[in-house]
This record gives sequence, structure tokens and C-alpha cells, in this order.
Amino acid sequence: MAVATKAKSQTAKQPTKLKPQKISGAEIVYRSLEREGVKYVFGHPGAILLTVLDLFLKRSKIKHLLIRHEQCAAHMAEGYARASGEVGVCLTTSGPGATNLITGITDAYMDSIPIVCFTGQVATSMVGNDAFQEADIVGMTRTITKHNYLVKSTDDLAETIQEAFYIARTGRPGPVLVDLPKDVLLGDGDYQLPEKVDLRGYKPTTKGHPRQIQRVAEAIEKSKQPLLYVGGGAIHAEAHPEIVKLAETAEIPVTYTLLGAGAFPSAHELSLGMLGMHGTAYANYATMECDLLIAVGARFDDRVTGKVSEFATRAKIIHIDIDPTAIGKNKTADIPVVGDARQVLVEVNKLIKPQERPLWKKRIQNLRTEYPLTFDSPEGAPIKPQEAIVALSEEVGDKAIITTEVGQHQMWAAQFYNFTFPRQFISSGGLGTMGFGFPAAIGVALARPDKLAIDIAGDGSFQMVMQEIATAVQYDIPVKVFLLNNATLGMVRQWQDLFMDRRFSEVDFESSPDYVKLAEAFGASGRRIVDKDDIRPAIQEMINTPGPFILDVIVDPDELVFPMVPAGGATKDMIVRDSRKKILQGKLSALPDN
Amino acid sequence: MSRNANNTKDDTHTIAVLVENKFGVLAKVASLFSARGYNIDSLCVGVTQDPSVSRITLVTRGDAKVLEQIRKHLSKLIDTFKVMDMGETDSVEREMILIKISAPKAARPEIFQIIDVFRGRVVDVSTDTITVEVTGDEGKIHAILNLLQPFGIKEIARTGKVALTRGAKTLKGAKN
Ligand SMILES: Cc1ncc(C[n+]2csc(CCOP(=O)(O)OP(=O)(O)O)c2C)c(N)n1
Ligand SMILES: [Mg+2]
Repeated sequence: MAVATKAKSQTAKQPTKLKPQKISGAEIVYRSLEREGVKYVFGHPGAILLTVLDLFLKRSKIKHLLIRHEQCAAHMAEGYARASGEVGVCLTTSGPGATNLITGITDAYMDSIPIVCFTGQVATSMVGNDAFQEADIVGMTRTITKHNYLVKSTDDLAETIQEAFYIARTGRPGPVLVDLPKDVLLGDGDYQLPEKVDLRGYKPTTKGHPRQIQRVAEAIEKSKQPLLYVGGGAIHAEAHPEIVKLAETAEIPVTYTLLGAGAFPSAHELSLGMLGMHGTAYANYATMECDLLIAVGARFDDRVTGKVSEFATRAKIIHIDIDPTAIGKNKTADIPVVGDARQVLVEVNKLIKPQERPLWKKRIQNLRTEYPLTFDSPEGAPIKPQEAIVALSEEVGDKAIITTEVGQHQMWAAQFYNFTFPRQFISSGGLGTMGFGFPAAIGVALARPDKLAIDIAGDGSFQMVMQEIATAVQYDIPVKVFLLNNATLGMVRQWQDLFMDRRFSEVDFESSPDYVKLAEAFGASGRRIVDKDDIRPAIQEMINTPGPFILDVIVDPDELVFPMVPAGGATKDMIVRDSRKKILQGKLSALPDN
Repeated sequence: MSRNANNTKDDTHTIAVLVENKFGVLAKVASLFSARGYNIDSLCVGVTQDPSVSRITLVTRGDAKVLEQIRKHLSKLIDTFKVMDMGETDSVEREMILIKISAPKAARPEIFQIIDVFRGRVVDVSTDTITVEVTGDEGKIHAILNLLQPFGIKEIARTGKVALTRGAKTLKGAKN
């Protein structure tokens, strides 16, 4: 086994000044990570990685964390990236180590999250021979990465890693995988880098076309009932100040997607909250009534539009996105603008004049009072998940960054938590990955030690990844699990409730762990509550107890998420529940004529 | 793979893509088509005058919306740097086919005559067969196949289409 060459003492900050020199592949990997400013590597070892792992022992600049399952390493890297905007990094071994990453990589791909995954690979001479722990991870991840590489020579390694980070973080961000054969890590190669990455095939357009920007400004000025529809791209682009400015100057109400939550303050008077399948009724009705829809870093996903041919039919569509393939994919744009959301909106804002839209504002206000976002909480009934979230929001508010798993609890979190800043809400949108939230929260806690990382979790999802309590305990990461425990796969149960005559098949957990004992078994702390009165004191206990904590909140399994636009249905088919728990199907006060 | 030339050709497009001449690039292009459910009728790849660049010519089908997505997605791949729908400019398109025909002595004069008319080249002869090479556009290839059919076509191999713009214009330059 090759021994890593001695560390030279030149500073990593001036890599271009380095004279060409041969150093080991492992050393190149470490230096490259240092150079990219990587602070944490989420990894799980294997024999192929020995020389790289050895460097984490000898050096202290980069902290490697030993994650219990590679899928979670990828989600942690995602959580880190989503909370910080920096690239998250994982390192796993070949074969099963690599394949275990696939769900996390796909999740990052669907939500455009910048992560770089390094995987060990069998030696280049063995590739293709079905060698022990060989898996064609480059082939498998071809359509779930923004780009991927099999590095074939140690001389290519430094440049490849530099490209990988560049590609992951620029343009529409996304996951990049670098597959590292054993001999490439063991061999010696050049550590020589170009001044800057210049790829002839990759030149993202960041500046919007001036003519299109002009058209956007004109359309906004002419519109009577404009609506901003903000997606995750706005957060990646740090476009939130421009969105607030545009909304306030031109008096435009704002609705956001699950991934756009946080890009505009939930409690702002122009905020309509989330739209889509479980969006607020007033946001969804506003999409039906608006005459101009300004999509910013959003992709007209089917969970947002429902039946797309009936989505925002009265509206002219402006679509601002850095990815040309997102534009015109699901919905034709009248004014497409390819560019970075922030850069485009900066230009748009230069052209925007203050406007007032009293009628539209009034209409929105009426929709809001007619179809409020509510829930019942009868005296003596079990804890309602919504009230638990409201309490959490009121108790911790902007001190916390919230992650979620996938299911009912996720939708309630998006609906009822009061988000005040971008990157405060971190959730698996495109892929809808149960088990995302807990590892993501660990990544969040590392990225933002100034905030409290809280996973609003479902019990089904948490059971998929609960081994990571060990990771949190080992590194003393103060991550909190706010477990909305309905002892069931609530979201699937909801569909059975509404669409299968309440035939509940294969969703209820007849056996669940004792989550308090579970926490304790791992060396963490926990508490269980069943009474409404205990919610707030328990939240205080959770945030005041150092280290990882599971708050097991026993909630009503029969509670359903409303409003709901049935899958494939149109917005007008939305099921709204009024405060008397009556289900109002498609009831909508007459549309105004204009 | 091959299409009947009599079918409506409106939605068939020949797209030329300049790509990095690197390991795995063709796989990325092919994966894109399968992952997104786009058709590939033919695909042809070879290195260009610049050894670092390969040119992929592919024939695909779809309405305007699908075609737009195909072009955008091809452009989006990191290793592609020029994508062009050859139908949008004046271009020459050619395909080469090798046809092995059963050719008993008696039939040979007639077969040779057909080959001659189509300016094909006989590249191999055995006691029972003739192998002919024909180059042309889709219409020509379809026509000779039709004419040779009655003699018994034993095997064919087609290259798929390649195309170049007419005149001085080339595909060089920035993406899109
Ligand atoms: C990995 C994975 N498997 C299956 C699903 C399908 N699914 C969506 S929500 C859900 C139930 C989630 O249950 P839980 O985490 O307890 O949340 P709840 O809905 O009860 O709040 C399931 C099974 C999924 N999204 N992800
Ligand atoms: Mg549950």
C-alpha cells in the first residue's frame, strides 16, 4: 500500500502557483477538498479508501464524519448544502457503499442540490470483470447526476475534482459523482490546475436577455392581478431580497412551492403561503384568478399544477429559470427568461415603478377569510399534529431551521410553521424521500451551528434512518427530532381514507419502538407526550436539553391534510375543509369577470 | 430502427451534436434519450477533424415541443457543445447501407443493372450472394431496397444518417 507523500507546506490557497509535482492520488483528493473549502466529509469507509482515510487521521483541516448508512451520508451532505449554499461532500467505498448513495443522489438531483460524491472503485485493470465489490456506479448514476466521472489516471484527478465542484455549484446546481479506482488513489500524479475552470460545453446563462426583462416589466405594469410563484431556484440564487422588493414595489401577492418556502416571509401581508396539492385554498384560487403568473425558479411540477391544462388558464406566464429545459417543459411560457433568478430580478426591479392594486388585494383578502387554513382541536381529543407545529413555530420560530421527512407531517410543517428567512425550511420535494429529514438535520446542524436543527418527523420515515442517532451522539450534534407519531404511514392512509373507502391496508404500525427508550439506548435523550398541555413545556425541554433529543408527540392518526387537490385533478377540484370539518368540494365563490 | 420512407416525415429530425471525444459521452447521450422516453431512429458517431471533438448525428421523432426539449437537454449535457437541427438549414444528408442479396447466376444481370442505376458498388461476391454498398439519402436507400427485395435480401447493415450543412457554414461555435 502506498504511503501518502509528506505534506508540503505551501498554502492551499494558491494552488495555481504550485510547481508540477507528483503526489499520491489520495493526497490529491485531500488537497482538492481543502482547496474547495470543504469543512465536512460525510463518509463510510471501505478497504479501497484506506489511503484517503489515513489523511483524515493525520490532518485536521477537514473533518470526516463516520455515518452509519451511506444513504444518510448523502442526505447529510444535502442538508449541509441546503442550509449553507455550499457544496456538500460524501465519500463511500465501492459496490454497496456506492449503491447505497443512490437514493440520496437522486434526491439531490430532483431538488437541484450541490453535492459531490466520491466513490471508491476497483482498480482500473479490474473494472468490468465483476470484481469483488465492483458496481458500475457511473452507469447507474448517469441520469441522476448533473455530471459524473470515472477517473482513469491519477494525472487527471485534480482537474476532475475541480470541475466536479464547479459543475455542482454553478448554473442549476446538482449532484456530481467522481468514481475513484483504487490504483488511481494509490498511484502518483500531477497536482496542476488551470487558473479557472473553462468547459466549452458548459456555459450557464446567468444574465437575462435585456429585451425579455423589458417585456417582464411591461407585463407587470399592465397586469391587474399578478401573482409571484416562487420555487427552490429562488433560494439557490439567493433571490429573496429581490422578490420582496418586487412584491412590495409592484404590490404582487406571492405564493411559493414546498422548496420555495422561506424565500418570502410566510407572515408577510402579501404572502399566500404554499400552493399546490396541499397548498392553501387562497393560493390555489389565486392561481385560477391571476392574469399574470411570474414563476421564479419553479418548474410547474405536477404536485403544484395538478391538471396542467387547467392551471392558471387566465394568466400570461412569465418563467424565469436558469435551466432552459425547465422552461416550456410542462407549461408554455409567454415570456421566457433564461438566467439566474437574482440577476434577472435585479434588472427587472430597476424597471419597476411603484403600483397599487387595491381591488386585487381585496379579492385576495376575501379568499383568505373565506377559505382560511384551519384545523379543529376539540377539548380532550388527542393532540392534533397541526397544533403541535404551531406551538413549535411559536416557541422556537426563527431560532430554528426545520427539516422534514415525507408525509402528512411534512405538509403540515409547510402549512403551519411561520418561516421568516430563506433556507429555513429544508425538505425533500421532487423525490419525496422518507428518511431524508433526520440525516439532513444533522447536516444542517453542522452548517448552521447558530441555529437549532429540528426535524419535524413522521414515525414511518424516522424508522428508515434512526440508526443515525448514533452519529449525532458520537459527534455531539444537537439535532432535535420532533416526531409526529401517528403510528401509521399517515399520508398513504389519507389516500385510503379519501379514495379507498377507508380500507386501511398495510399502513398501520402494529408495533412501534418506544422512541424514548430508543433515544436512551443510543445515548441521546427523549420524552413522550400525549396531552395538549404538555406540548409547550416539552418543546422547552427539548431545546434546553443539550445534544440530540427525540420528542415523541403522540398525535391523532385520523387527522387529514387539507386542502387537497386530488392527484391529476384541477385546482377547481380542490377539497377544502371548513372549520366545521365539512368537506367542501370544488366550492368556489363566483370568479370575477375580468 | 429504420423507418418506412413513405411514412409522414414531418416529425422526423436529424440532429447533429458536437461532443467532447471522451469516454462515456455517447452513453450519456443515449441514457438521456432512454431516461426521458425520446425516440432514436438512428445514431451515428465519429471523430471530427479536431481529434478532441466527436460528432453525433441522430435521427429522432417528436412534435415541436418534444424537439425543443430534446435540443435543450442535449445542450445541457456538460460534454456537448453544439446542437443543431439539420432540417433548419440547407443540408446534405447521407446514409450508407450494405446489402447482401441472394444472387443465383440467372438473376445476376438484372441485379447488376439495378446496382448500376443506383451507383452502388459491389463489394463482395460469393457463389450464391452479392454484397453491395449504396450511399444516398433515405429515399434512394428505400428505393433500392424495394427493387432488390424480390431477389431475396439476406442481410443488411445501415450506418444511420450523417449530415452537413451546405455552403461555407459549419457547426462550430458556441452552444445553442
Ligand atoms: C422511501 C419512501 N418510501 C415510500 C414512500 C411513499 N410514502 C409517502 S408518504 C408515506 C408515509 C409516511 O409516513 P410517516 O413518515 O409516518 O409520515 P405521516 O404521513 O404519518 O406524517 C409513504 C409510505 C416515500 N415517499 N418514500
Ligand atoms: Mg406516521
